[in-house]
Amino acid sequence: MDGFDIFVSILGSTIRLSIPLIFTALAGLFSERAGVFDIGLEGKMLAAAFASACVAYLTGSALAGLGAGIVVSILLSLVHGFASITSRGNQIVSGVALNFVAAGLTIVLGQAWFGQGGRTPTLPTTARFQPITLPGADTLHDVPILGPFYANVISGHNLLTYLAFLAVPACAWVLYRTRFGLRLRAVGENPGAVDTAGISVTWLRYRAVIVAGFLCGFSGTYLAIAQSAAFIQNMSAGKGYIALAALIFAKWKPVPVLFACLLFGFLDAMANFMQGKAIPGIGEVPVQIFQALPYVLTCILLAGFIGVARPPKAGGVAYTKER
Amino acid sequence: MVDVPAIELIGIDKRFGLVHANKAIDLRVGKGSIHGIIGENGAGKSTLMSILYGFYQADSGEIRVDGKPIHIRDSQAAIAAGIGMVHQHFMLVENFTVLENIMLGAEGGALLRGGVSRVRSELKRLEETYGLEVEPDAVIEELPVGLQQRVEILKALYRGAEILILDEPTGVLTPAEADHLFRILAQLRDQGKTVIFITHKLREIMAVTDTVSVMRRGEMVATVKTAETSVEELAELMVGRRVLLRVEKGPSAPGDVLLSVRNLTVKDNRGVVMVDNVSFDVRAGEITGIAGVAGNGQSELLEAIAGIRKPVSGEIFVNGQSLAKADPAYLREIGLAHIPEDRHHMGLVLPFEEYENAALGYHRDPVYGKGPFLDLDAMRDDAKAKIEKYDIRPPDCRLKTANFSGGNQQKIVCAREIERDPKVLIIGQPTRGVDIGAIEFIHKRIIDMRDSGKAVLLVSVELDEIRALADRVLVMFAGHVVGETVPNADEKTLGLMMAGIAA
Repeated sequence: MDGFDIFVSILGSTIRLSIPLIFTALAGLFSERAGVFDIGLEGKMLAAAFASACVAYLTGSALAGLGAGIVVSILLSLVHGFASITSRGNQIVSGVALNFVAAGLTIVLGQAWFGQGGRTPTLPTTARFQPITLPGADTLHDVPILGPFYANVISGHNLLTYLAFLAVPACAWVLYRTRFGLRLRAVGENPGAVDTAGISVTWLRYRAVIVAGFLCGFSGTYLAIAQSAAFIQNMSAGKGYIALAALIFAKWKPVPVLFACLLFGFLDAMANFMQGKAIPGIGEVPVQIFQALPYVLTCILLAGFIGVARPPKAGGVAYTKER
Repeated sequence: MVDVPAIELIGIDKRFGLVHANKAIDLRVGKGSIHGIIGENGAGKSTLMSILYGFYQADSGEIRVDGKPIHIRDSQAAIAAGIGMVHQHFMLVENFTVLENIMLGAEGGALLRGGVSRVRSELKRLEETYGLEVEPDAVIEELPVGLQQRVEILKALYRGAEILILDEPTGVLTPAEADHLFRILAQLRDQGKTVIFITHKLREIMAVTDTVSVMRRGEMVATVKTAETSVEELAELMVGRRVLLRVEKGPSAPGDVLLSVRNLTVKDNRGVVMVDNVSFDVRAGEITGIAGVAGNGQSELLEAIAGIRKPVSGEIFVNGQSLAKADPAYLREIGLAHIPEDRHHMGLVLPFEEYENAALGYHRDPVYGKGPFLDLDAMRDDAKAKIEKYDIRPPDCRLKTANFSGGNQQKIVCAREIERDPKVLIIGQPTRGVDIGAIEFIHKRIIDMRDSGKAVLLVSVELDEIRALADRVLVMFAGHVVGETVPNADEKTLGLMMAGIAA
C-alpha cells in the first residue's frame, strides 16, 4: 500500500469510528444545554446496542433493531429525567447508576436469553445495516486520487453513517432556529427566565432528555448491528465518556461537536493502524500510547488550549422556585 | 365617574408552613398610577407580588383585574391578564442577545424566523413611545445593569403588559440610573400604564409614587396618598414604632492618627487601576466617610486596607505599623476589623449555622478552642451573648445563616467584628439591603465605636448615610480622592464632586 492508500483507509476508518461519538455527543448536547448533566450516555448507548442486537436477531430486521434501540434508550433517559428533574436528585449519581445498570443488565439478560456468555447470536447480513455503494463509486474507482477517495471515504458506509452527518446540521437548526431550541438553550442558562416567561421548566427538560435518548439509540444501534454483527459485553468501551469530552471540547456547539468527534475518531483510527508498526527512529510504540492519546489530548485541550469552556450555567442544578 | 381599579386584591392569604406570609391582604391599585408598596424585608411584599404574577397560589382570596375576578394559575395566565413583572434578580439569559431574551416565551411560532423581525419592529415602536433605547443585538452580560433592567421592562411591555410590577428595582442601580428609572416610570404612567413599585427605601417612595401602601409582618397596615404623608410617618408605619431617621451624635474628639494611607495604587482583577495614588488619614474618635458613586475604586480601596487585595504601590499604616506583608489574620491580631461590603460574598458562609459565622475569622482564638478542637459550647455561649446584645432575630444560634433576614445577617457580621473591640474599624456599605430598624441599630453601634475612641473608615454609596454618620467626608471619583468636605455640605456640591466635576 502506498501512502495515499493508507491515508484513504485511515480516513475511512476515522469516519466509521466517529459515528457513535457524533450521535452520542449530540445527545449529550441536547441534555446538557437544557441543564441536565448526562454522564449516563455510555449506559444508554450500551443498552441500545443490546436491545437493537436482540430485536434484529429475533425479527431479522435492522430497522426493527434500530427502533428497539431508540425505545430502550429513551426509557433510560426518562429514568434519568425522573431522578434529576422530577425528584431533583443528583444528576451525576443518577447517570453513573444508569451506566452500572446497563453494563450489568445487558450481560445478565444476554446470558439468560442466549447462553453465549453475554453475547447475542451473530446476525445474518440481512439483519444488519449494510454498506451503501453510492452511484458511480465503482466506475470512478480507477480515476486517480478522486476515485479511491470517493469509493472509500464518501461511499461505502451504511445508512446510519449518513444519518449522523445529517444529524449535525439538523441539530444546529433545531437549536438555533426553532422555538424549542431557543427555550432549550435558555433553560440551561437560567431556568428562572423560562419559568417567569410562563414556560414549564419540567416539561422542557423532559423533552430535552427524550431527544438525548433518541440520539443515543442511534449510536448504540450503530455499534451492535452496523459496525459489528452482534452485541458483545461492554462494547461501548468508554465511547460515552469520549463523546462527553468531545462535547466539552466543542463548547456544547453542534458543528464543533462534529469536528471534535472526527478528531477523536481519527486518533482512534491511528491507534488501530499503528498497532504493531514501527515508527522510524523510535521503533515499535506500544499501542496503548495511541489508545491513550484521545484522553491525553482532552486533558491538554481542556487545560487551556481551547480557552475557557463555559458550560451551561444552570447545568447540574435541579430547578426549584425560590422562596 | 366610577373608578375601576386596575388591580384589586381581596383577602389574599398565604402561608408557607408555619410562616404566615400574607394575612388577608386587601389592596386597590388605581389605573394609570404609580403605587408604592413599602415594608421591611420579610414583610411579605415579594410574596404578595409573586401571587399576583402566578408564581405562587394564594391559599384564599380573590384577584380582580379591571374589576373582573380572575384566577392566576401560572405566569402565563398573569401575562395574559396584562401583568408584567421586573424581578429583583433579573430573569434574563445572560449569554443571549436582547432580542432573544425578549422573544423567549413569546416567539410567535415554532420557528424563530418570523418572530425576529416582529420583535425588531416592536422594539423600535417601544423605543419611540417610551424612549427605552437598547441595542437589540447586544449580549445581555455585556450591558450595564441599568440597561439589563430596561430589557426586563421591555420584555413586559412586549408581552402587552398594562400593569408593571417592579420588585426592589433600585437595589442594583447607581443613583443616576435610579433617577433615570424613575423618569421612565413616570413616562409609563403618563402613557396610561399602571406601575406597582416595591421597595424598602423611603426616599424612593417619596420620589416616584402617587399612592403608597405599607406592609408589616404580612399585614397591609395602611394605604395613603404620597403627597399627604411624610418619611417619618411611613417609617413609623413600617416598623410599628417611632424611628429615628437622623442619628443623634455629639461632636467628635479626634485623637491620634490610627490608620494612614500613603500614595496607594490598586488594580482590580482585570488589571485596571482602580485606586490611583490615594493618601488620607483616619484619626481615633472620628468617622471618616468615603462617598462616591459605586465603582469608583471604593471597593478596591477597602480590600487593599483589609489585606485582601495586594496594592501595586503605596503604603498603609495601622497605629504607625506598616502593613507591607499583612494578611487579614495578622490585621485582626493588631486590631483592625473589617465589615465587608458584600456579606454574602465575604462576610458570611450562608449554609453555616449562626454560631459558626459569629466566630468565623477569629476561630483560632483560644476562647473558642480546646487544643486542636473547637469548643462548641464556648462558641455557642458567645454567639448567644451577641444575639442578645444585638437583638438578632430569630434568637437561635443553631439556625442556618441563610435563613436570617438581610438586616439580621448584617448584625451577625457587625457583632462579630465590633465585639472584638478593634482599634480601627473599616466598613463597606453597612446597611445595604438592611431594613430600617436594623439600620438605626447599626448606625448607633458605629457612633458608639467612634465615641469610645476608635478610628472608623466608612465607605457607602448612600449619600444620606455618609452625611448622617461621618465627621469628615472624602469623595472618590475615578480612583482619586477628588476632595474633602464637611458632612453638612449641601447636596449639590457633593453631587458635583461625586460626578468629578468640581473639587
